[in-house]
Amino acid sequence: MSASTYASVLGLTAAVVLLCAVVTLWRRTLRAIIRVLAVQGLALACVAMVVGLRRHDTGLIVVAVLVLAAKAIVVPMLITRVVRHDPASRETQPLVNVPASLVAAGALTILAFAVTRSVTALVPTPAGRLIPLGLAAMLVGFFALVTRRKAVSQIVGILLVDNGVALVAFLATAGVPLIVELGASLDVLLAVVVLQVLAARLRSLLGSFDLDRLTELHD
Amino acid sequence: MLIVILGIPLAGALFSGLVPWRRGIGWLGTASASGVFVSGVVLAVGIVEGRPVTGLGGILRADALSAFMVIVIGVIAVLATWQGVRYLEAEIAAGRCTPRHASLYCVLVQGFLATMLLAVLAANLGVLWVAVEATTVVTTFLVGHRRTRSSLEASWKYIVICSVGIAMAFLGTVLVYLAALHVVGHGPHPLDWTSLVTQSHRLDPGVMRLAFALLVLGYGTKVGLVPMHSWLPDAHSQAPAPVSALMSGVLLTVAFYAILRFKVIADGALGAAFPRSLLVIVSLLSLAVAASLLLTQRDYKRMLAYHSVEHMGLIALGAAAGSPLAIGAVLLHVLGHGLAKGVLFLASGEILLTEGTSEIEHVPALLSRRPVLGGIFAFGLVALLGFPPFSLFVSELNMLRAEFEVGLGWAAAVSLVCMAVIFGAVMSHGRHMLLGPKGTATPAMTPAVVAVPLIGGLVGCAFIGISAWPLQSLLHAAARIVAP
Repeated sequence: MSASTYASVLGLTAAVVLLCAVVTLWRRTLRAIIRVLAVQGLALACVAMVVGLRRHDTGLIVVAVLVLAAKAIVVPMLITRVVRHDPASRETQPLVNVPASLVAAGALTILAFAVTRSVTALVPTPAGRLIPLGLAAMLVGFFALVTRRKAVSQIVGILLVDNGVALVAFLATAGVPLIVELGASLDVLLAVVVLQVLAARLRSLLGSFDLDRLTELHD
Repeated sequence: MLIVILGIPLAGALFSGLVPWRRGIGWLGTASASGVFVSGVVLAVGIVEGRPVTGLGGILRADALSAFMVIVIGVIAVLATWQGVRYLEAEIAAGRCTPRHASLYCVLVQGFLATMLLAVLAANLGVLWVAVEATTVVTTFLVGHRRTRSSLEASWKYIVICSVGIAMAFLGTVLVYLAALHVVGHGPHPLDWTSLVTQSHRLDPGVMRLAFALLVLGYGTKVGLVPMHSWLPDAHSQAPAPVSALMSGVLLTVAFYAILRFKVIADGALGAAFPRSLLVIVSLLSLAVAASLLLTQRDYKRMLAYHSVEHMGLIALGAAAGSPLAIGAVLLHVLGHGLAKGVLFLASGEILLTEGTSEIEHVPALLSRRPVLGGIFAFGLVALLGFPPFSLFVSELNMLRAEFEVGLGWAAAVSLVCMAVIFGAVMSHGRHMLLGPKGTATPAMTPAVVAVPLIGGLVGCAFIGISAWPLQSLLHAAARIVAP
């Protein structure tokens, strides 16, 4: 593929990753949020695939396939199992309303560009210029985590943070060494399984995923 | 050798998972922990007299610092697994725990030991990250092992906050990798700690500054440093006592070990000033938060948890000073705090078991009602507050000396003020628990199976405080690794 197609395909897929993170802030039903997360996983896998093809890096292409399987299929399936029992469950009362959340997402993106100046200066490639998008996706994930009060939205927040970091890794260093990549993916999968079990226990104990009902521990 | 150390708890986990629960499985955990401790000592002796050891095709590497951490993990694991047998029996007797859950507990504790050992034995900083993240995954169910509403809340907070924190540490690791690739290219092991240290002066300072900040925040989450400490009091107070002892006594310092490793690289790339000021900030914040929240504690397990935040703050301040004297004291403090805090959490588990409440107000006059248990708790508090002859006195004194030597006297003074406040708060809580109004009941005895390891832990803590002999050369070698 030519240099300009490479740059534009990479830019497009990386932008989709950030866009998906922002979209999770304004979708209300948990099912829709999980679908957006799957799309983000797909876009992330595309980024890894494009970088891998460009660099003729077989390891990275394998990683891309793994990312596709894990983040676009397995993880969304696991979280869907949590909400299976009440398909209409919604994020009814985020601490910050949707318009304000979107403004915050914009501000966080600008912040991401500001703090990564030293990093983008070190990688003067088409991929390097996109690094702030990954950091922005990560910051939006943080924001979702602190403003959302449903257990499932918090799991999604963690995964947004995780996908943001993965995007930075693919763009900045063409991924981490294979053994680290495998270990990290396994950790994330196991963490999602643990979170899923805990969320199911929460639901059977409280009758909902509402974390506001967990108020026993405080100072 | 390194594979053997990792293999012991893995074999323990496999065995406890396959064989149906019986009391012997609990003791097997203690045997495995003792095995880790003994092999840690053998490893340390070999390294002090010779060179660092590598294993598993260069994935594992142990120098004096790793060997020291293996010993710390081994010692506290012996205490915690010893007490674990009693915890499980009491839970089964009370009908709160099925034999299957008891087996699961043993598997997870052994897995927990294996992940901590992998963290301190990893040559590659990415593998170190994988191991630290894995500790979160295996300990979450241990925190929630009692299956109450509050322990579920604690385990949820624990995994959510720690996963996010550790994601920041991963970003930091990726940035270090980026800086390394820029210098050495895709060499054989660009993320290996040794190669990063030799190249550290050539790493891009702008990237390293961002990376180190993310690493301190990220691993700092698992250390329990402010601003990401809020999971710690909940998880440590809700977990079963042996798990609290392991988490508070060693897991926090295993995460701090990661910060120490990265500090060496950051010192090389950025000079000492930036890492130092970052560590001073998080340390003083942690001390201030711990002091203010300890004043109003009503729950003795939460009191111990906030006390850990304080000690992690002290360790961070010692690391900020960064001289060989300071790092030696930091490492001694890691061991001393692990022993004292482990003993106190295990004793508090026994208090909870026999008194049925974790509120300070409702467990008065322990010294007259339960002389042995009360005595252990009293000596544990004395050790933790830094009185001689316990080793925390020596390490705190040396950290303060080192801080004044490198011009951090003002920070040391602030830390002394916080320590004085904490001293007062803990003394008043402790006085109520230990002395308080006497009842008429006759003194109750504490079983020897509980008392022996706890007294052993306190004697050990006092012994290393009086005589530096068995550890001196190891501590010296380990301190030289962080502060050349």
